[in-house]
Amino acid sequence: MSVETASAPVIEEKKKEGLFSKKNRRVLTDPLDDNNPITVQVLGICSALAVTVQVKPALIMAIGVTVVTAFSSLIISLIRDSIPGRIRMIVQLIVVALLVTLVDQLLKAYMFDVSKKLSVFVGLIITNCIVMGRLEAFAMSKKPWPSFLDGIGNGLGYGVILVVVAIFRELFGSGSLMGFKVIPQWFYDMGYVNNGLMMLPPAALFVIGIYIWIQRSRNTKLVNVS
Amino acid sequence: MKFLQDIIHSVKPHFEKGGRFEKLYPGFEALETFLFVPGETTKHGVHIRDAMDLKRTMMAVIFALVPTLLFGMWNVGYQHHLAYGMEATMMDNFWFGFIKTLPIIVVSYAVGLGVEFVFSIMRGHPVSEGYLVTGLLIPLTLPVTVPLWMVALAAIFCTLLGKEIFGGTGMNFMNPALLARAFLFFAFPAYMSGDIWTDISPEAGQALIDGYSGATNLVAFDTNFHNMASASDMFWGFEQGSIGETSTAACLIGALILIITGVGSWQVIVSCFLGALAMGLMLNGFAPADLPNHAMHTPAYYHWLMGGFAFGAVYMATDPVSAAQTERGKWIYGLLIGAFTVILRVFNPAYPEAVMLSILLMNVFAPLIDHIVVEQHIKKRLKRV
Repeated sequence: MSVETASAPVIEEKKKEGLFSKKNRRVLTDPLDDNNPITVQVLGICSALAVTVQVKPALIMAIGVTVVTAFSSLIISLIRDSIPGRIRMIVQLIVVALLVTLVDQLLKAYMFDVSKKLSVFVGLIITNCIVMGRLEAFAMSKKPWPSFLDGIGNGLGYGVILVVVAIFRELFGSGSLMGFKVIPQWFYDMGYVNNGLMMLPPAALFVIGIYIWIQRSRNTKLVNVS
Repeated sequence: MKFLQDIIHSVKPHFEKGGRFEKLYPGFEALETFLFVPGETTKHGVHIRDAMDLKRTMMAVIFALVPTLLFGMWNVGYQHHLAYGMEATMMDNFWFGFIKTLPIIVVSYAVGLGVEFVFSIMRGHPVSEGYLVTGLLIPLTLPVTVPLWMVALAAIFCTLLGKEIFGGTGMNFMNPALLARAFLFFAFPAYMSGDIWTDISPEAGQALIDGYSGATNLVAFDTNFHNMASASDMFWGFEQGSIGETSTAACLIGALILIITGVGSWQVIVSCFLGALAMGLMLNGFAPADLPNHAMHTPAYYHWLMGGFAFGAVYMATDPVSAAQTERGKWIYGLLIGAFTVILRVFNPAYPEAVMLSILLMNVFAPLIDHIVVEQHIKKRLKRV
């Protein structure tokens, strides 16, 4: 995956700004809908297809990505003035890799089964376009606090889609949520069958596609933005 | 007919602009033009108008589908009575099949048209008649034992994601009916493959049959192609399979109707068959000599008769919307469908439904083929300038 630059709301220099000023709140909430990394910027699709078969791994993945984006944005933003321009990518990668390794080791230590399910995709957060994209587009030129919020916002925006997709896929694919049976036995007795397509990766594409469709028909700002 | 016309004229004002049911106009318009050829004339400029509008085109396809439908119904009954070892007259067979098939067709139409109506009323565009054919094609590609709610789900899926999301009839880049079948095939594999091809619902006075093993030819042919039904059985259609696809003969009658009325493109049909034959012959040439039962040894013309090849080539590949449009493009498109079908059948036992998959694949590539053909043509002409 290549690093793509994404448009970010411009924040001007201010003398004194509250921690949750209007602008900062927009930095946090914009990626949830108007500037969602998956449905609007269409980044990070691969992992969205791969880890959304069940809700639990999706949730863990969402948290992992949020942690990584938030703290890498914070760290890069803190040292942004001392990074030489020509090797900034390498510096960014090292920071991201450090955080990803931390997340990976933590998962292996405390949630081994989930870690096995996520398998290679935790390690692949390093290559997730969202992380690098936000570093390049936002953290390299903004102050630490907004960068941190932007990282959390984008991580959550990614996570929301992941969890929504996972809910649909797990509910229709295996009739459960978070591993608990949701669809009652009598419903199966009546002839209901789990939908095998939902277990296959294309199902995530369908769900994301429908999500984008609904989002764009509601949010007219997004029409003709691509 | 006169009284129908009177009714339509009397309620029409309510649906027109300013009427009480203005919002429902698309639905009304669809019904009106379905019953009577619209009497409007164009208002601006000169246009060439033909009596052959979209609805009449669709009716031609429906007529072409009648032979397969009738034969399919008969075959459902025939296979059922064969499983029980009963003697049955032709009418008995047909009647049984009719009773079993009708609900599938009704559900397919009702649900699909329902989705179309809702969308045209929401978006305010006229209900298009594309679903008339899709609604009949879906049941014909399904096994008779398929649960009705699955048919409904497939109909919703194909109208919603196959058509409406791209802008309705004429905008779909894949054949919606095949999409519906592919959806069911991947979503509910247990109901779309295995011992499901014959309806073995209990018969009065007969012992219950559980698990009437029915390997279709496509499955049998992977282990030993000699186990398949005889070529004549496969040609006439006395075999197990989806409702409409067993009989190659019925499909050929349909092909004749499509070609005569000019609705289906003969280039696509012929090139599909040729592509399969060529690939079959080629595989025969490469077949391992020490394995006489290997699928590669299958006589090439068997591929025409097996599975739903004829059905796919005649009714699905010729879909004017999703097929290639250029003359040369049609040949490439058809040849590749035939070739891919044979390759998939022989080398991928996991997906015996090769016709469906290769037509869908080529539907995706059709615009690319057209583009290349057009570009090639321009290049050639430019040299002469």
